[in-house]
Order: sequence, then C-alpha cells, then structure tokens
Amino acid sequence: MAALGPLSRLAGLGCINRSRLMLNRVLQKRGIASCIDPSHGLTDEQKEFQKVAFDFAANEMAPNMAEWDQKEIFPVETMRKAAQLGFGGIYVRPDVGGSGLSRLDTSIIFEALSTGCVSTTAYISIHNMCAWMIDTFGNTNQREKYCPDLCSMERFASYCLTEPGSGSDAASLLTSAQQKGDHYVLNGSKAFISGGGDTDVYVVMCRTGGKGSKGISCLVVEKGTPGLSFGKKEKKVGWNSQPTRAVIFEDCAVPVTNRLGEEGQGFSIAMKGLNGGRINIASCSLGAAHASVLLARDHLLVRKQFGETLANSQFLQFKLAEMATKLVAARLLVREAATALQENRPDAVSICSMAKLFVTDECFNTKRGISRCFSTSLVTEQVCNQALQMHGGYGYLKDYAVQQFVRDIRVHQILEGTNEVMRMIISRNLLTEL
Amino acid sequence: MSGRVLVGVKRVIDYAVKIRVKPDHTGVVTDGVKHSMNPFCEIAVEEAVKLKEKKLIKEVVAVSCGPQQSQETIRTALAMGADRGIHVEVSGKDYDSLGPLQVSKILAALAKKEEAQLIILGKQAIDDDCNQTGQMTAALLDWPQGTFASEVSLEAEKIKVVREIDGGLETIKINTPAVLTADLRLNTPRYATLPNIMKAKKKKIANVKPADLGVDLTSRLEVLRVDEPPQREAGVKVETVEDLVAKLKDTGKI
Repeated sequence: MAALGPLSRLAGLGCINRSRLMLNRVLQKRGIASCIDPSHGLTDEQKEFQKVAFDFAANEMAPNMAEWDQKEIFPVETMRKAAQLGFGGIYVRPDVGGSGLSRLDTSIIFEALSTGCVSTTAYISIHNMCAWMIDTFGNTNQREKYCPDLCSMERFASYCLTEPGSGSDAASLLTSAQQKGDHYVLNGSKAFISGGGDTDVYVVMCRTGGKGSKGISCLVVEKGTPGLSFGKKEKKVGWNSQPTRAVIFEDCAVPVTNRLGEEGQGFSIAMKGLNGGRINIASCSLGAAHASVLLARDHLLVRKQFGETLANSQFLQFKLAEMATKLVAARLLVREAATALQENRPDAVSICSMAKLFVTDECFNTKRGISRCFSTSLVTEQVCNQALQMHGGYGYLKDYAVQQFVRDIRVHQILEGTNEVMRMIISRNLLTEL
Repeated sequence: MSGRVLVGVKRVIDYAVKIRVKPDHTGVVTDGVKHSMNPFCEIAVEEAVKLKEKKLIKEVVAVSCGPQQSQETIRTALAMGADRGIHVEVSGKDYDSLGPLQVSKILAALAKKEEAQLIILGKQAIDDDCNQTGQMTAALLDWPQGTFASEVSLEAEKIKVVREIDGGLETIKINTPAVLTADLRLNTPRYATLPNIMKAKKKKIANVKPADLGVDLTSRLEVLRVDEPPQREAGVKVETVEDLVAKLKDTGKI
C-alpha cells in the first residue's frame, strides 16, 4: 500500500466521486461489451423489463450503494420506488398486487438491479420470496390481508427459518408453537434474520408437532405482537444496507388463522420458497459479477504499467476472457434453472441447487481444485475476486466499488442453504435409487 | 382542449455508447451497437402522458420513422403510457438519407390524417443534433411552434410555453393546433412499470408506408465524408504577454 504514495492521498480526497462516476458510466453502458451482454437470447418484453431494472439500478441505486454500505442505511424509500415499478412482488399473482411474471423474468430483473446494489437487491428478493409464500400457500383472507401491502412495500417482510442451533440442519429447529385455544404460543428464537427488527411481517417456521420436518408449520407473525422482540443489529462484512437481527419469541401469541397451509406443511413451504430464493440469490451474484467484469475491463484500458495499458498484457487478457466465460456459463445455468422451476420440471430442485452453487462460488474465486466447477456462487465469487485483483491496490480501497461487490456476494455462498448443502442435494439426487 | 397528441420518437444510438466512425468514412458504426429512444423524445412522451393524466388531452399516439427496429422504440413509448403507435416504414438507402425535411413531411401528413391537435417532439436528436424537425413540421402545417419548451401549460384554446433561449427564459402564448419541442428541463421521464410494459404488448402499432402518405423521401443533401473530431493537441506555454500576442497573431486568431 505504501507504493501508492500520492495517488492514495488523492483517493482519499477526490477519487470517491471519480470511482462512483466510473461505476455509473460503466453501469449506464448496460453491458455494451457484446459477448457478456445480458440481453442476448431474451424476448423483446424481457429486454424491456431488463432495461427498466438497469435504468433503476444505475440512477437510483448505484449512486448510493457505498453510502448505504458505510452508514448501514436500510433504503426504504428507494425500495418503495422499486415497488412502484412492480418489483415488490414480481412473481406474485396480479389479483393481489403482484406483477405475475415468470421465474426467468424475475432472474433477469434481479440480475440487473444487483448491478446497482447487491445487498439491497438481495433483500428485495427475500421480500419477494416471502410475498410469494403467502400468495401461494395462504388462503384468500391471508392473501388479501398481506400481499397487497407487501407488493407495494407499504410493509416489508422477513423469512425466519434459521436458529442459533439449526442452520444447515434446518429441520431440527426448536422454536415451538403450542396451540392454546385459537392461538399458537411461540417460544424460541431465530438467528441471522435479514431485515429483522425493521420489517413488519415475519414468515416463521416453527414446531407445532413432533420431531423432524413433518412437525413444522409456517406462521405469519406481525411486528408489534406482544412477545416478539429483536436482538442487537449484527455487524457484518457486507449486506450492510439490510439490518440482520435475531428474532425472539417469548410466549408470543399468534392467531391460528395466521398459519399458512396445514400443520406439518411448514418445512415443505420453506423449502419451496428457497428454491426460488436460490435462483434469486444466484441472480444477484450474476449482477455483481457482470458489474465487476465491466469495472475490471475499464481499469485494464486505463491503467498503464511498463509503458503500456494493462489491457496489452496477454495474461490479463486471458484472465478477463475466463471471467467473461464463467459469467456467461453461470448466467445460462441460472436462467435454465429458472425455466425448470417455472415449468415444475422434475429436476427443478437439483438444478436450482446447482445454479446457486455454481454461480455463488465461481464469482468469488477460491481455487478449490476439483470442487471448483459446480456452483453459481462459485462462479461469481471467482469473477468478482479476480476483478478486485486486477484493480491492484485500488481494488482494496472503499472508494472503488469492486470491493463492495466482493464483500456483498461472499455471503451468497452461505445463506439460503450453504453451498455444502447444495452439494448434499445434488449428490442425493444422483445416488438415491428410485 | 381535448383530442389527439402525436409524439415523435426517434431510435438513436444509446447516449452511453462510444461512437466509432466507419472505416470508409461514410458514417458511424451502427451494426450491433446498442440503440435506445432519443432522450429528448423520452421527455416529449412524458409530457404527453402527463397531459393525458391531467385529462387535458384524450389520446397519445407515438410515431417513429425507420426500419423494423423502430418498433422497439414505439413499444417503449407505449410502456410509458402512450395509447397506440404508428410505425412509418423507412429502410435501406431511404433510411440512410432520412433527415428532418422528410420526417417533418411525414409528421405533417400524419397530423392531418389523424386530426391531431398537438405535436410534441424532442428539441433535437442526439445523433444528428439537427434541431429542425419541429420547426419544419410547424412550417409545413402552418401551425405555431413552441420550441425549447421547459414548461408547458394548456389554457382554454391556447398554450403557454416557457422557452429556454440564450438570453434566459421567454414566455409565449400560442394558438392550437401547435407544435412543441421539449427541452431538457421540461420534465423527468418516468420509468416504465412492469405492468405497463405488459400492457404495452396489447397496444396497437399501425404500419404505414411514406408513399401511402404521399410523401417524397428524396434527400436534397449528400453526406460527403464523416470524420472524428481532431485529436486534442497539447497547449503551448509562453513566457510573456508579448509572446502570447505574437503567437495569437501567428496562428491567425487575432
């Protein structure tokens, strides 16, 4: 870092604006580098959706993403603006205020929005997942009570499955819900809840029956219910534009009419929600990777060493080509998974897991040798990390956006099912005798 | 004032693209390059849709002259709130030589055919920067014009237009029917919403040929050569004021 000298001082003074400007200009180019253009193969209508999402990301999100990250701001107004465009309930049915689009349309939209701010887009996708769960498994009263406000983001939602004692082993959750008259009384706590404390509607998986997944039900709990409280706001490496808190239930009484679906159906509802959630998270990683490749490309064209621009170095040319190839491969896998889910194909669960795994890993970059190939998280992790590396010392400065993409997508390898759990799902599909 | 507004929208190379001149210097590279609606046309569409929302006009018709791809531009206008579109098919050599004179003849003919009461255009296109189409259209129709509009208000049978001019702002009142051209500060174009994009699919785009409108597309202009602007050269430092004056005289600046 000492070698940067006067330039690093400049970075402190004026370059914050310069790199933000660079990001905006890069984003406004909307993938004009043709081989990684995300609009290839889309219908005209999908291209329109994508354009709106890209415009929104470049104008409303990208200029603020650093501030939201550094000041840990939950950008309620910006998200409500997004909801006005229809982004609050993208795959929720229109009769309750949703946009009624397909999983593929949704993936395209989140990929584009994510170029503006991964963390905020990821929260919007979690919110969408909750709205969908109520839309799909709720009865008429529940749909009409919750979905319209969620689709307009008048109210925000959180998904509560993980507990201090049950992460990957989600079915072993302990939060109990004992029926007393026409209420369930909840006791227990949830951990790492995105939006927790700031959101209004909590979709909670809790135990109404015996052990294992068959004893779990899904309840909708509203903020302000007596017995519902929150832990301290967690300090995180990334995803700072959304608060993360524990959600605590102490004799919290929730009407039985707030149960989604039947008793014992909760785990299935949770997993079905996550299938789509995994595609959404993978899509967010894609957006980050796309933005990072463009940033790296532009840096290579500008930065000079040894008498020429970095873009003349064959090693870096090849590296950029590999990053671009991984990005496109990852994108194809995510879009195929979205289509599989939409059509309810038999391979839907596996391919969603594969997509999440591949994209989230590849976009960061951990040279794990053999295990490198199979996760969309994998892809985006490699791509973004390499993009940071190409920036040299500048890549490590918070003035430059690429580090935020790297930090924000790191968690995508962990949540909504760790990439290890993704491997479990895929291998089970391969090894189980039918 | 009720009635129909015609809004012209032009498909141009996206403003964020780095323009490259074709090797044969006959024009700029357009193949495979990202195109979108001219930003001033977006402002024009937004103004028309706003007038409709205020119930001051009844119908917004988006018009574009060009090849098949111009329909994408019309769809964007429909997604912003226009009611229907008219695609005037112009392609090949005719499209290469299509300029403000031809477009204004087309718009004038359409205005008469559609019985439009107002034509709103962008003040200029970002590819040719002509700033002529609005003015020519008004002249052909013998309608008043309110160009460089930064504020438009409809009052009874007249339109009050605040224009951005070199000296500041000029406010005029013109009769209808009229032609307006939108300047940058007239409004901020809305994002198309997802539901509107889907509704736009169902809105109609009519196909029309210039010949059907009795318009002759021959151009009176011939492009001889297109070049990039000269590379910016380094400046020269001088020691004294006398040197400066001498240098300025040498290079013929004074």
